[in-house]
Amino acid sequence: MISVGIMRRHLKSVTTFIFRTAILVLVFFLFQIPGSTASAQDNVNLVPASDSAFAKEHKQKKAESFNPGDMIMEHVVDNHEWHILEIGHFELTVPLPVILYYDGKLYTFCSSRFHNEEHAYQGFSLPEAGPDKGKIVRTSAIPAGPKVYDFSITKTVLAIMISALLMLLIFISIARAYANNRNKAPKGIQSMLEPLIIFIRDDIAKSSIGEKKYEKYMPYLLTIFFFIFLNNILGLIPIFPGGANVTGNIAVTMVMAVFTFILTTVNGNMHYWVDIVNTPGVPWWLKLPLPLMPIVEIIGIITKPFVLMVRLFANITAGHIIALGFISLIFIFGAMNAALGYGVSVVSVAFMIFMNLLELLVAFIQAYVFTLLSALYFGLATIEPEHH
Amino acid sequence: MELITPGLGLIFWMTLVFLALLYLLKKFAWKPILKALKDREDAITDALSSADKAKEEMKQLQFSNEQLLTEAKNERDNILNEARKIKEKIIDEARQKAGEEAGHITASALENIRNEKMAALTELKNEVGQLSLEIAKKILQRELSDPKKQQEFASQLLDEINLN
Repeated sequence: MISVGIMRRHLKSVTTFIFRTAILVLVFFLFQIPGSTASAQDNVNLVPASDSAFAKEHKQKKAESFNPGDMIMEHVVDNHEWHILEIGHFELTVPLPVILYYDGKLYTFCSSRFHNEEHAYQGFSLPEAGPDKGKIVRTSAIPAGPKVYDFSITKTVLAIMISALLMLLIFISIARAYANNRNKAPKGIQSMLEPLIIFIRDDIAKSSIGEKKYEKYMPYLLTIFFFIFLNNILGLIPIFPGGANVTGNIAVTMVMAVFTFILTTVNGNMHYWVDIVNTPGVPWWLKLPLPLMPIVEIIGIITKPFVLMVRLFANITAGHIIALGFISLIFIFGAMNAALGYGVSVVSVAFMIFMNLLELLVAFIQAYVFTLLSALYFGLATIEPEHH
Repeated sequence: MELITPGLGLIFWMTLVFLALLYLLKKFAWKPILKALKDREDAITDALSSADKAKEEMKQLQFSNEQLLTEAKNERDNILNEARKIKEKIIDEARQKAGEEAGHITASALENIRNEKMAALTELKNEVGQLSLEIAKKILQRELSDPKKQQEFASQLLDEINLN
């Protein structure tokens, strides 16, 4: 049992290591080799004990604990605690506050209260398995009551707050630099981000919305671009402020897509709505007895933000899953044969470096695409009818 | 399923944080940044256009300077030419006048000479006539004592007059 725990923790620690190495190849070679040696020793130690019922149970547990699907899911979805690092027996996990609204009352406590046999506290439980895994529900012993509303500060919420603070810090300091450095060439971080700000202004806002109206949308476009870009990048960094899958969380992308939808709908002019009801350039019989085109257009209003939401979520989550999949490969092959594990780790790491570089590109492209499409929708909603 | 089911709490917090972030960034970051960028672009455009203008003015100035110089040169040449012409003209005129004056002087001298000559001749003639008359009177007084000789002389004189 103990060695299984070690194995599992070990797997996680190596995971963290490999994540880091995708950025620094050298660091990988310094840490991975002693780590793998330790894992080989664990395997050796396990072999003599394999003649008892304990060993059978252990094998069963081992099969369970080695489920790459579960490992990947655990890393991709939200969590009530932030697992920062583990080195051997040393584990650094930050429990996060739980805020529940249940039956007219607010419950707040630390998520570490769930660290007991039943994973339960004050009549709520956080199951580690089953259909409600990872969700806070009423303890099954208590008869079913109203729904539990979970407003906890989860890992993703904390990551959102951290990135929001980071953005405030960065951009307010840049604004100050502009104020102090009036009409002079930009310096430092100001010169790093200025091309992006100008890119969003000139190539996204001006070209999609038009010279006259773009200014109104600039704060929103800049905020979503940098929020997505920063969180995409932070998602690629495996150590503390990063590592949370913020932009790969469907609730986060949904909120942003809904904001784009609201801004588009609120700012839509007469021409926009007339074009939806009476679509120009299609034969009348597509509109008149049966309003086919208007129905398609109205579905289009909804699908546009829906696609925005899914695209960002799917791209970022897919990137994380692929990276984690390569790590899993090392342990799947390592379980068969230690040498095979070593061999595969080289290939896996090479692929992970490649994937991380690709993800770096995707981080920018997805932020760009989300912002560009939002701007295009605003542009479409506010376009002036052509005068003939 | 958790992966594709948006959580209520997360939606709540994301909306809250995102709206706060949007408001704060708009007020304290985007507005001053965008304004500063625009101001700087305007300043650069202004500076460039005024530099262009200055260049144009310089060119104009240089051009007018050159023009002025050329004009001055031309003026000088003209003045010199004129002076030369005037000089020649003056010399010519002087020469001509001198010639004329000389002609005049010569002519009047000749005239005077002629007049003097004529006067002298007239005087001489008168003198000669007087003398001749005196002589003739004396001769006649002596010759014409005889009437015959008087007759002869008278006819001879008549003949001479006719011949004249």
